[in-house]
Amino acid sequence: MESTNKYFFKDMSVMFGRSMRHIFRSMDTIITVSITPIAFMLLFVYVFGGAIETGTENYIDYLLPGIMLMTIGSGIAYVAYRLFMDKQRGILERFHSMPIARSTVLWGHVLTSLISNGISIVVIILVALLMGFRSSAGILEWLAVFGILGVFTLALTWVAVIAGLAAKTPDGAGAFAYPIIFLPFVSSAFVPTDTMPSAVRVFAEKQPVTPIVEAIRNLLSNQPVGSEIWTALAWCIVIIVVAYIFAMRIYKKL
Amino acid sequence: MNKNIIQIKGVKKSYKDVEVLKGVDFEVEQGGIFALLGSNGAGKTTMIKIMATLLKADAGSIVINGFDIEKNHGGIRGSISLTGQFAAIDEILTGRENIQMIAKLRHLENPNAVAEELINRFGMSEAADRRVGTYSGGMKRRIDIAMSLVGNPKIIFLDEPTTGLDPEARLEVWKIVKELSSAGTTVFLTTQHLEEAEQLANKIAILHGGKIIALDTLERLKKLFPPAKIEYVEKQPTLEEIFLTIIGKKGGEINGIYK
Repeated sequence: MESTNKYFFKDMSVMFGRSMRHIFRSMDTIITVSITPIAFMLLFVYVFGGAIETGTENYIDYLLPGIMLMTIGSGIAYVAYRLFMDKQRGILERFHSMPIARSTVLWGHVLTSLISNGISIVVIILVALLMGFRSSAGILEWLAVFGILGVFTLALTWVAVIAGLAAKTPDGAGAFAYPIIFLPFVSSAFVPTDTMPSAVRVFAEKQPVTPIVEAIRNLLSNQPVGSEIWTALAWCIVIIVVAYIFAMRIYKKL
Repeated sequence: MNKNIIQIKGVKKSYKDVEVLKGVDFEVEQGGIFALLGSNGAGKTTMIKIMATLLKADAGSIVINGFDIEKNHGGIRGSISLTGQFAAIDEILTGRENIQMIAKLRHLENPNAVAEELINRFGMSEAADRRVGTYSGGMKRRIDIAMSLVGNPKIIFLDEPTTGLDPEARLEVWKIVKELSSAGTTVFLTTQHLEEAEQLANKIAILHGGKIIALDTLERLKKLFPPAKIEYVEKQPTLEEIFLTIIGKKGGEINGIYK
């Protein structure tokens, strides 16, 4: 039925270009996204950090992976928000009444999410460097770190797509992100899990954030990465597949 | 040759238990202005969304520009263009970028030239490079309609094109619609304002209770209903006429708007 697939990539690049313009014309979103994680980074490093025993010399080195995940958590709230606005303003309807491949509309937002979160992560790393973060990781390790973060972003972005398409209000579109932003607290992102009560510890050790944080932490400190990296990726891929299926189902009904 | 470019037969649509369209039939001739008239909630928007392939009808047949909606969404989407009830524009982009975007999505050869031409035609060269978010309601509507003209679709659907516009902007839209039609585009519009249908349309259909209860030219509709009476009434200027006179722009002579 769709005779439009030969233009899939062309259409997608138009959609992508459009939402990238949104990002660059509202750089404040990048700042808003980075501000909370930076505040937490300052708080934890300069206030609590001295009292936290992590077994690493430099607390910020321990902390940074969790902060990165928090950044992505707050970044994807904007994906939901932008998609919701498209739906509400009728732009989605305009696109859908045109002879284009329908799913490119979503893919444009998803790609933009990857790029804008990438920019936020770079901002966070620069601030961390100013605060004394040092890494012995080489190029390959850094690529692996960005790879993991990319897959993590993709997973959360598809969750955000569901939120944006299903939301009834702009606030509702972004609200789903709060639990995700705070998920790192109940993990090994800020403190080792050993001192947590056993029920909390079981949750903290089993939830997806912990293996992701630990894999990134080991990569950045040039330590061998164990099986946790595969656990981390498996979590992300399961989330991607499930969220993608749900998102597409909601999208088709629009 | 005046073949019917839109053929609608027995279209039904329900939302949950509410039957909005209960068997709608009508045909639209090529090239004219067709107005679907109805009160709020009569199902005008539903009908337009069904024709624009955004909603699926529960029953009935729809053929637009020779394409059957059951078999060829792509063909219909390539023949039509939809201007929804609320200006569907990207407010962060400029007017020019909005038009260029649509031109690229319609896979036209030279999106920049297409945008330039439409901007000039709509007298928007001053505003074209400002973000749409800064535009007035009337300007947004103009850009919205300009976006719908990209690629010269055969049929344009306008869903309540003047709702929420001030009188001046409304006259502008009317003028654009008339020009479109004289250039050969088929215009299908919905409205709840009788005056609008009267001003523009050469065929008027009245949608009421889920069905088309009348469909004809204005002259014949007038003959059907209460015969004309002759009364002598002192004609006071309407507030609209006063408003337009004070601001110095009387209907039809809107300067600098259009060519």
